[in-house]
Amino acid sequence: MKQLRNFCIIAHIDHGKSTLADRLLQTTNTVGERQMMDQVLDDMDLEREKGITIKSKAIQLNYNYTGSDANYTGNRKYTINLIDTPGHVDFSYEVSRALAACEGALLLVDAAQGIQAQTISNLYLALENDLEIIPVINKIDMPGAMIEEVEDQIIELIGCKREDILHASGRTGLGVERILESVIERIPAPVGDPEAPLQALIFDSVFNSFRGIIVYFRIVNGSLKKNDKVRFIAAGKDYIADEVGILKMRPEARDSVQCGDVGYIITGIKNAKEVKVGDTITLTANQGELINGFEEVKPMVFAGIYPVETDQFEELRDCMEKLQLNDASLTFELETSQALGFGFRCGFLGMLHMEIIQERLEREFDQTVITTVPNVSFKAITTKGENLVISNPSEMPEQQRLEEISEPFIRAQIITKPEYIGNIMTLCIGKRGIIINQGYLTPTRVELIFELPLTEIVFDFYDKLKSQTRGYASFDYHPIDYRTSDIAKMDILLNGDKVDALSALIHRSRAHDFGRKLCEKLKDLLPRQQFMIAIQAAIGAKIVARETISAMRKDVTAKCYGGDISRKRKLLEKQKEGKKRMRQIGNVEVPQEAFLAVLKLDD
Amino acid sequence: MAGIYIHIPFCTKACHYCNFHFSTSTHHIERMVAAIVQEINTLPFPAQDIDKNIETIYFGGGTPSVLNNEQLQSILNACYEKFLVTENAEITLEANPDDITRERLKGWRQLGFNRLSIGVQSFADSDLKWMNRAHNSATAADCIAMAYEERFEHLTIDLIYGTPTLSNEQLLINLKTAVNLGINHISCYALTVEENTALDYFIKKGKIAPVNEEVQDEHFHIMRQYLTDNGFEHYEISNFAKPGHRSRHNSNYWSGRPYYGFGPSAHSFNGDKMRWWNIANNVLYMDGIEKYQPVYEVENLTQEERINEIIMTGLRTTDGLHIDEANNKIGAYKTTPEAFLTFISTLRSYITEGKIIYKNNTAIINSEHRFLSDGIASDLFLSYD
Ligand SMILES: Nc1nc2c(ncn2[C@@H]2O[C@H](COP(=O)(O)OP(=O)(O)O)[C@@H](O)[C@H]2O)c(=O)[nH]1
Ligand code: SF4
Repeated sequence: MKQLRNFCIIAHIDHGKSTLADRLLQTTNTVGERQMMDQVLDDMDLEREKGITIKSKAIQLNYNYTGSDANYTGNRKYTINLIDTPGHVDFSYEVSRALAACEGALLLVDAAQGIQAQTISNLYLALENDLEIIPVINKIDMPGAMIEEVEDQIIELIGCKREDILHASGRTGLGVERILESVIERIPAPVGDPEAPLQALIFDSVFNSFRGIIVYFRIVNGSLKKNDKVRFIAAGKDYIADEVGILKMRPEARDSVQCGDVGYIITGIKNAKEVKVGDTITLTANQGELINGFEEVKPMVFAGIYPVETDQFEELRDCMEKLQLNDASLTFELETSQALGFGFRCGFLGMLHMEIIQERLEREFDQTVITTVPNVSFKAITTKGENLVISNPSEMPEQQRLEEISEPFIRAQIITKPEYIGNIMTLCIGKRGIIINQGYLTPTRVELIFELPLTEIVFDFYDKLKSQTRGYASFDYHPIDYRTSDIAKMDILLNGDKVDALSALIHRSRAHDFGRKLCEKLKDLLPRQQFMIAIQAAIGAKIVARETISAMRKDVTAKCYGGDISRKRKLLEKQKEGKKRMRQIGNVEVPQEAFLAVLKLDD
Repeated sequence: MAGIYIHIPFCTKACHYCNFHFSTSTHHIERMVAAIVQEINTLPFPAQDIDKNIETIYFGGGTPSVLNNEQLQSILNACYEKFLVTENAEITLEANPDDITRERLKGWRQLGFNRLSIGVQSFADSDLKWMNRAHNSATAADCIAMAYEERFEHLTIDLIYGTPTLSNEQLLINLKTAVNLGINHISCYALTVEENTALDYFIKKGKIAPVNEEVQDEHFHIMRQYLTDNGFEHYEISNFAKPGHRSRHNSNYWSGRPYYGFGPSAHSFNGDKMRWWNIANNVLYMDGIEKYQPVYEVENLTQEERINEIIMTGLRTTDGLHIDEANNKIGAYKTTPEAFLTFISTLRSYITEGKIIYKNNTAIINSEHRFLSDGIASDLFLSYD
């Protein structure tokens, strides 16, 4: 174990984590150029485009330490596991488990950008896990590098000495060797008892269509051999270790994985749900304890997902199931809507997760879907004293039956330039936020802490934040508690018929404004029909907003020029096709875009 | 019996709303005429087996009146040689007011034209200017009077309504002028903004107000009322005629008779399930014809597509859609029983709403709702995949 190091890289998106990781692989000859290409091609293309690592991975490097000490006499051969972490707030639990599998972390900061909110929150997670932090200022080759200023920020943040901060450029390779040396010198070797009962922390898993689920773990105590009978403690399931091994560019099978090391296990599990990140693997015969910090992942945002054509439901079900195989954090159950037919109520870790699922459905499974108004889950107490969890507008009890309702709050951390404080204040207070703290990290960098209702960031918070700060704000959040609140269900009616798919749970103070915007948007999106359409937003029986679309007056092309019947027939066929894709609400035909209207409300 | 359409793809000036195929560079006229004559002489392959008895010939465009008499003559001669043109055939020439003189009228008469279609569009100068037409209102009225004097009693004019410059009052004046001039056939077109026209561009740029449906609808009703009050029959969405004066040529399009189209962009139909059309490009058309290469594209209609055409064209006219006839001719129920039953139930709901009048096995769009006929027709289309 003395020759072993486990570490990860904490960095804000685009601060150069992937580039640096690639460099580390090259420098240690872990991969050749050819393999590098393949690796790139192997990645989920979604991940590439979004610029974030969705699924954490791990890779083992072999490093020959030469050190600064010329007289060094120890063993120079080291094995280093680099564990990758996801970089978005929606996945912070997964990050915390990846961190828990390491003894140290590189805190990678872009020399031109400085520290961002996410870096800070991940850093706190690392500190909670007692990791040794090696601060690295990256991209020092950039003309805009502000090395000294970023050093100040880092010192302020973690209280290290200026000499402890490394400088590097993943692009040119400058300082990369020094990083590897520091990993050996500064990060402690794992400690653990090889003789104790097995305790292996699961920090990730991936789905492989041939092998089933491949589970990634870090052994804390004991060791794991091929063919061992193992138990996943929190899941309460037993399996045979069909294959165990370590993680090189490809998984490499071994007879055993030793204490302190990072490896994988294949047991023939087909469903990702059985593998819970944070769970502990032990031996059925000689059981250890569950490692601290395990949590069931809880979806934060809920929305309905429906096939565009009602008859594609079965196909969609198939795809959702396949998706869940490799994304255990996606939950879904059957739901029906009058407007949209059969579909699924889905739970997501956050808005980004929701977007990712939607995009994966489209890209990997060729499914175009309608997503309904997302909402968070509320807690309600009825007049009879029942406790309800409401994650769907249709579950909302009637007003008379409702004693109390509460909504989830988050603690949000925003880091920005001082000139944007005003805008952010206005934005957050407009979102019913409460300012908790405001402090200068450096003269040019302010940290703002707010408590905000989660439901308020579900809609357009990110976009607004970005536009209000010209992109100079980073944002991070974590849930804190539930607070009593005046939440109501707002319905949309078309010619008096309720469109269940457009109902939303919102704060009553928002109803008028939100209702008006939604009605206006729908007015734009609904095509005129042969009769007048009344669009209403209502809370209970009370109408809070209203728009009308006058009847279509003209639907004819005047001239059938020179006998061009074909063109005209095709136009009408297209018109018919368009109508076929619409959903019928009462007598009103509603195009798909209308169901997405609510996601695109602006002022 | 079949019809012939000749497309003359030249205009002296481009009207802002127009998306027909034409060119304003007229130096190819001679070569074009020769090409059209050659196309008639050789007949494109799909046209070989169609009925050669011709009861209508229609020179459209573009602006056929830009051709001189010899040019018109050579095309007509080609038709007479290749086809059996019946004794009382309707032979129409589209002419723009600015091309009409007494001398030309006499010439056309002599060539055998017995019907004129005059592109008047409006009797208001402000309107004509807005459309970028080449003539003015005085010319329009004068040339109509002259045409009557030259015995063109079958005379039709085009009017355009629903332009932003046309008030309700002016529309009525236009109609009154036409009626007072003794015209017995009028084609009235609602201004349509076609893609890639100057009008489309101006509207997108915000230089011109977009077309207002409500105004068009109002115009439509004013016009329908006025013309029917004055003895016209609203026999097709855009066409009004005094009894006995319907356009025979255009009626053929709706009733599904075969027609030959010659000239660039001209469309043809074999009367059954084949349509073809020439390339809409003057130079490519002439090059192709001269090299005896095909210049057309063919479409073979499926059973369902043909049925949909019958629904669409039938519903445009007061003759309406003969359900039994359509069903017998095409076998709609036999081929796609389910789709046909859906059709029947949609039809029934339109009848209940009063938008379609149904008698003697015939569905006719209530003339009041004819402004919605596309939507109604497309609802009634058989759906098939
Ligand atoms: N100039 C410079 N650019 C870099 C460096 N490292 C990464 N980049 C660029 O920064 C962007 C983000 O890098 P990437 O490694 O994908 O960031 P990640 O999101 O943290 O994984 C890319 O355009 C890289 O080419 C560096 O050391 N110097
Ligand atoms: S004269 Fe007729 S064909 Fe020529 S541009 Fe005007 S409307 Fe179009």
